[in-house]
Amino acid sequence: MTPDLGTEAAERAERAAAPGYVPRRTLPLRVEAVRQLRRRRTLVVGLLLAALPALVAIAFAVGGAPDDSESPLLEAATASGPNFAAVCLYLSSGFLLVVPVALFCGDTVAAEAGWSSLRYLLAAPVPRWRLLTAKLLVALGFSALAMVLLPLAALGVGTAAYGWGELRLPTGGALPAGESVLRLGIALAAIFVGQLVTAALAFWLSTVTDAPLGAVGGAIGLTIVGSILDAITALGDWRQLIPAHWLYAWLDALQRDVEWNGMVRGGAVSLTYALVLVALAYRHFARRDIVS
Amino acid sequence: MRIRWPKTTRRAWAGLAALALVVGAGTVGLAVADDQPPVHRTDRVLTMPESPDSDTTVEIDTSYFVAEGEAPRPAVLLGHGFGGSKEDTREQAERLAADGYAVLTWSARGFGASTGRIGLNDPDREVADVSRLIDWLAERPEVTRDGPGDPRVGLAGASYGGAIALLAAGHDQRVDAIAPAITYWDLSDALFPNGVFKQLWAGILFTTGAADPGVGAPPEATAEDPGCGRFTEELCALYQRVAVAGEPDPEALAVLREHSPVAVGDRIDVPTLILQGQHDSLFPLDQADAMAEALRANGAQVSVEWLWAGHDGGISEAERTDARIVDWFDRHLGDDPSVGTGPPFRVTRITGFDTTNGDTLLAGASGAAYPGLLGEPETLELAGEPQTFVNPPGGAPAAVSTVPGLGGLTGLGGLGVSPAIDFPGQYARFDSLPLTEPLRVTGAPTVRLRVASDTGAAVLFGKLYDVAPDGESQSLPAQLVAPLRVDDLDDGRVITFQLPAVDYPFEAGHRLRLVVSSTDIGYASPAGIARYTVALDDPTLTLPTAPDIATAPAALDWWVWALPLTALAVAAALLLTRKRGGRTTSHDPALAEVPLTITGLTKRYARNSERYAVRDLSLRVERGQVLGLLGPNGAGKTTTLRMLMGLITPDTGEIRIFGHRVGPGAPVLSRVGAFVEGAGFLPHLTGRANLELYWRATGRPAADAHLEEALEIADLGTALERRVRTYSQGMRQRLAIAQAMLGLPELLILDEPTNGLDPPQIRAMREVMIRYAAEGRTVIVSSHLLAEVEQTCTHLVVMDGGRLVASGPVAEIVGSGDTVLVSTAEPATDAWLKTIRQVPGVGAATRTEAGVLVRLDAIGPERLVAAAVEAGIPVSGLVPHRRLEDAFLTLIGGA
Repeated sequence: MTPDLGTEAAERAERAAAPGYVPRRTLPLRVEAVRQLRRRRTLVVGLLLAALPALVAIAFAVGGAPDDSESPLLEAATASGPNFAAVCLYLSSGFLLVVPVALFCGDTVAAEAGWSSLRYLLAAPVPRWRLLTAKLLVALGFSALAMVLLPLAALGVGTAAYGWGELRLPTGGALPAGESVLRLGIALAAIFVGQLVTAALAFWLSTVTDAPLGAVGGAIGLTIVGSILDAITALGDWRQLIPAHWLYAWLDALQRDVEWNGMVRGGAVSLTYALVLVALAYRHFARRDIVS
Repeated sequence: MRIRWPKTTRRAWAGLAALALVVGAGTVGLAVADDQPPVHRTDRVLTMPESPDSDTTVEIDTSYFVAEGEAPRPAVLLGHGFGGSKEDTREQAERLAADGYAVLTWSARGFGASTGRIGLNDPDREVADVSRLIDWLAERPEVTRDGPGDPRVGLAGASYGGAIALLAAGHDQRVDAIAPAITYWDLSDALFPNGVFKQLWAGILFTTGAADPGVGAPPEATAEDPGCGRFTEELCALYQRVAVAGEPDPEALAVLREHSPVAVGDRIDVPTLILQGQHDSLFPLDQADAMAEALRANGAQVSVEWLWAGHDGGISEAERTDARIVDWFDRHLGDDPSVGTGPPFRVTRITGFDTTNGDTLLAGASGAAYPGLLGEPETLELAGEPQTFVNPPGGAPAAVSTVPGLGGLTGLGGLGVSPAIDFPGQYARFDSLPLTEPLRVTGAPTVRLRVASDTGAAVLFGKLYDVAPDGESQSLPAQLVAPLRVDDLDDGRVITFQLPAVDYPFEAGHRLRLVVSSTDIGYASPAGIARYTVALDDPTLTLPTAPDIATAPAALDWWVWALPLTALAVAAALLLTRKRGGRTTSHDPALAEVPLTITGLTKRYARNSERYAVRDLSLRVERGQVLGLLGPNGAGKTTTLRMLMGLITPDTGEIRIFGHRVGPGAPVLSRVGAFVEGAGFLPHLTGRANLELYWRATGRPAADAHLEEALEIADLGTALERRVRTYSQGMRQRLAIAQAMLGLPELLILDEPTNGLDPPQIRAMREVMIRYAAEGRTVIVSSHLLAEVEQTCTHLVVMDGGRLVASGPVAEIVGSGDTVLVSTAEPATDAWLKTIRQVPGVGAATRTEAGVLVRLDAIGPERLVAAAVEAGIPVSGLVPHRRLEDAFLTLIGGA
């Protein structure tokens, strides 16, 4: 038995211990992305999100454009490509966009455990923190891509169907088409930050359970339960602590002047939970006995 | 709709004796808030002379609010709006009282429970009443006094109540600070702006005073002219006269001016907080502008706020303005220099909506100076030919801008959702080019027009629309319209038309549209038909701006940054306090050539600390060995292998591979290839892709993989290009062993490697393992197939119940003797067993299902058979038995 060596000596010893092995080269993001990309669920989610705008457009064509004086955003759905994209985002941000995030982040570690491939990766060895980091980043990247895919498809479908034009704002007035794309980008960024809490919860559950569905379902449940709680107005300001309270804060990006306050507050709430949950995931996974 | 106004009396000191006849008094304790002192309310009816020299009296209903405590405090009088009563200001009074003021509210003459006639803040009546209220306050022991009979007193109120504040400050020098809100400076100008009768508003006001007799009907109610209600006869006659005429007469204007703060405009010099509404077609911003200018000329300290809401409705900011009023009084009545009174000018702007609750978001823009209505002028060219339009006979249909009473609906006017209607043929319009950049107008735009009329006179209404880039949808900022009466038009005239004062952002790409119309629903226009011709005398539209007025960034709640920071700290704490040991750097050079040493390894089942999965296991594996790991289910083999792979952390003890201690992710694990408890592949990828991606995941050079050699062992042929999902158990098994062999690890761990393989593959696998170890590498095999282990392994480790039972070379464990299975015609009895054991040269005898297992140490089988037959045991057969299985069973049985 020898005492632990100093850092430098330790690194030298590590290199000697394992020729050709460098911890930071293990599980590169590209490899993890390829591993996840060819999964059927990835393709299904992608297709669904890409096809949804076309379905909505067909629905408008068959059933007529929405005539809903309650929601000026919906009413202007067929005004232009950007308007159509905004409506598609509105229709899907409450739930549909939550699903890919929960799926990509909740499934990532648990599925690996389910396939038994987790133990081979860890014995390769991929350091645990590195495995988590690669998986989290790739899952977040996939989530972001899924979120971008929908409005992009909607922009394409909407422009083809209704033409390229200015974005009529739900609060009155309009934005030039170029500016409106930027605004949709801001909205997307806000949605993404707002979903970090879903991602982090799913990710944490993914490290706790070996059942992918449990992790995904749990994370989606957060939005459902949150939305229900948020409907209880008696909770007052406490509702601000419910992540689902800010589900539609991104609409503030579609005002004449971007109203940052709601998005920033929602983002702060989401980020708060996300930081703690991700830390829990790392803490748990670092100490966990892998028995799958 | 409540509108508020008061009235004046000059004899501040007079009538003290006639005053405070307390008719009724009641004291009510009010719990305002838990942390605030309780506020007591006392209701009194004070009797006052009807007019300075009159014998008749009126009864003024008052409420006096004061919090507990002895300390002297300033007093505040709160006036109510037109049509209201003292009840309207009760909440504000309670808050002020709790903040340390003696607060007196009262119902003005003709309103609430007070008697008397409405004098529209007559200086001899309503205003004189206020002076008497101040006299009364001067008698209160808890009220601070500046001198004998001179209490420290401020006045606040909205509309009618705001005007009485201004009037009292002008008429009674004892007033020390005021905060009038949405009120008038000159009533004649407010009701007859530029000589045009604001008939709809005037009618509503008059009806409010005439029709609502209030709570306590005056005794002479029966004698009252039903058309005049509680108005004084003078005012009633005045209204009826101008309403019929549709235009003012000099006498009416004089009376209204006399009743307005402007009459004492040169005498108001107390600190004044002016709050005026942007959405107010009754008392527009120009009333506040005149007020501010006059007071400033008197040397008064003036702050101006343009609120969002006015008499036309809009979003209330009462909570904020009430707080500012308290600050204003704290500073100017309480002489508390630490209290800030806010910016000299503040304008409320809408920044958008809160999508989470639908609230409109207001933000304040403020500046160090009040910019006035003309601000810093920007100019914009208008275009349009001279246009002729008509004034319709009877003035109908009338264009629509604001409809009083529908005020609440127009609250969103700033966002362009309210309709404004102009009728074709009744207006001229002049458009600008689209704006190249956004332009915020703060103040009253002006334009020079040439106007002609075939009747020699004209009543015109000017509006400045915001036109969207589509050229169609237009919105009218604040829904305001500016009326103008021009005479002597026979030959046409050039006029300067001042449009409504607004604070409005015109977006880039939008046009501005000047519309001059002949009618507006809120105003009286000539009944006779007329033709007006309007042209731009100068195409320049002058637009006042206030670039120094900046919107303060909306303050973020403290938790917006505090929450994530706290979370970051929590996250850091969670990560830093975790048990270290993920990476161990301990290295024992003496063991550098020893593939595996295990010392004192113990692992308990987490849930049950009394049950051991592995207990005090120690062993050592040398290079070139093929080590068989044997043991029944639950012996701890798999747990040991998992600890060996760094998947499970031992409770105590350690594992060293080539001298490096193994922990989760220990780098030395890269020299170990493992196949434990079945294959682990991504089912959606092909076999080849799985192996390639696995190797890339190890981060090691591709050349080190020796992929082709591994694939040869897997022997999958073209199935390699199929998805793993389609593989049979055996194919997965082989692929997994190939994966374990990737990189030709120095230590290869195979758990049940021949499960699911057919006999030829089993033999091939056996050869692979033997060959592999022959090259100086080390193989650890765990298996249930004892024959396999026996034929493959050089060394053995036998485990049972988590403990090491035996370890060493196969031959050593198995022993040197032969083992035979003696089968008997009948099941073996204990006696036979005993007999066999007693045969000299027999090492051991164990009963099994098939017969008796006998280890022969020193004799041959023939001697055993002879001895058995001799003892009368019906031996039916004797076969050599596999030695390992025997040893294994013997060892387990003895454990």
